[in-house]
Amino acid sequence: MAELTHPTHRSSAPPGDLAIWVFILAELLAFGVFFAAYAFGRAHNVALFNEMQATLDRQAGAINTVLLITASACVARAVEAVGRARRVSGARWLLAGILCGGGFLVVKGAEYAEKFAAGINLSTNTFYMFYLSLTFFHFMHVILGLVILIALWFKTRQGAYGPADMNGIESGAAYWHMVDLVWIVLFPLVYVMR
Amino acid sequence: MDIRRLNTVWVILMLATGATWEVGEQGFAGQLAMALLLVLSFVKGRLVVLDFMGLRRAGPLWRSLLIGWLLLVSALIAIAYRIAQT
Repeated sequence: MAELTHPTHRSSAPPGDLAIWVFILAELLAFGVFFAAYAFGRAHNVALFNEMQATLDRQAGAINTVLLITASACVARAVEAVGRARRVSGARWLLAGILCGGGFLVVKGAEYAEKFAAGINLSTNTFYMFYLSLTFFHFMHVILGLVILIALWFKTRQGAYGPADMNGIESGAAYWHMVDLVWIVLFPLVYVMR
Repeated sequence: MDIRRLNTVWVILMLATGATWEVGEQGFAGQLAMALLLVLSFVKGRLVVLDFMGLRRAGPLWRSLLIGWLLLVSALIAIAYRIAQT
């Protein structure tokens, strides 16, 4: 069992750098305000929101949920592998996570392209104002998360991380999981709940 | 971190996503559907926080902050949907 215990987790501190957790909390608060604004905005326009929600591609949203969660699982496996000095395996898991995250951007990009082709924009109506700004805010976070994962992939291949040096990879992984966590609330709220 | 645990968590997350999708496919609406969706997203989010983020083994402060965020957001959504209903 000893090999399963993480060597860097001696204290009650969260994995990675404390600064990343403060940043994650700030990001979550911003998304939380956005979610509440959407929900209360809907309360004043229930018919419009229900009608417009039906025009969304729920299948694309579900596929993207699978991609983001799978990317998160891959990143968690990468951290686990690096923590046991399995650098090559860790880099492969990171690459798998990057590919899933890239898949999210492709699917979301196709969704945006379809909406824009239909002439939908921020001023179409209140629902689409929320849908476009909320999902695009998240989209930008996926891009930043991917940039971080690619950096982690390069550094893992170079041997920058190991059982004694987990701070960088744990911090980057935590940020990626935050992006996943936000989508886990966003998908049911915007695509399904009515 | 336990590999088997991570894999189990991934399977649970996939099943919960399938359930969320099915609620949409069936066209379920109203308070019960809203509650079911919020419970599903809370279960998923909690697993991401505890197992993927690794806060299960960290002290209670950060774990409470993140799970508290999930609860707060869920509560605000529930209130807004109740207001919408009336």
